[in-house]
Amino acid sequence: MSMTTTNKMKLKTEGDTHVVVTRHFAASPEAVYRAHTDPKLISQWLLGPEGWTMPVCINEARPGGKIRYEWTNGRGGGFFITGEYSELQPFSRIVHVERMHLPDPTPDNHIETTFEPDGDGTLMTMRMTLPDQKTRATMLATGMEHGMEASYVRLEELL
Amino acid sequence: MDGLDTKFYALADPTRRAILVRLAKGEATVNQLAQPFHMTQPAISQHLKVLEAAGLIDQRVDGTRRPRRLAKAGIKTMDQWLQMLRTALEKNYDRLDEVLATIDKPRKGVRK
Repeated sequence: MSMTTTNKMKLKTEGDTHVVVTRHFAASPEAVYRAHTDPKLISQWLLGPEGWTMPVCINEARPGGKIRYEWTNGRGGGFFITGEYSELQPFSRIVHVERMHLPDPTPDNHIETTFEPDGDGTLMTMRMTLPDQKTRATMLATGMEHGMEASYVRLEELL
Repeated sequence: MDGLDTKFYALADPTRRAILVRLAKGEATVNQLAQPFHMTQPAISQHLKVLEAAGLIDQRVDGTRRPRRLAKAGIKTMDQWLQMLRTALEKNYDRLDEVLATIDKPRKGVRK
């Protein structure tokens, strides 16, 4: 599937502790919202790289409801996240907290996701709030900024 | 996947990232590293200490020289993780496009 410029994911920092991801979708806010809260739909797309599956997808879309996603690469690799919902406004806004277990839990990531009408589609904005600058440094070090990708491609060739 | 936090923290600094890129081309002593970065030896040593504690580099004993080099195991652990995160986000949303194309079809043109 070809990707147009308007559909391109954007990632930026805000202040000292925020990371903001935006993405346009050619579907209604209701559809995009449902795709984020219905386990049957979530397990079809929230999978990561090729070859990974999500054998466990728990998503209780109500305030106080639990989230648990478990992924496996089928070759012994895997990890899971847990979280809790605090607010849901169908079909425009979700507030939840999540942490990764590697297996030690990472600091809580507070996430507000909004779905706004944008032309014929929807603009999704995911605003993450990390507890402090150091934790956000961890997020930024994931290579999505600062030209890290190039560095890693070069490193990879030597490993 | 132990020590990922330390590894990412070590990478949050541009000089330390540049040192890793330099070491990817081959091992180097503190002196050799200090030159291109226009930094004093103690300043470079401080960065190397952080990278070493994070398991991203190690030292080789060569007589009186202690050249630094990439610690392959440490880099690989982190690299696998980074690559997964990076591609995961983009791939997820491309996949979501396809899921949406299926579920949104009956609603096309319908305004609530």
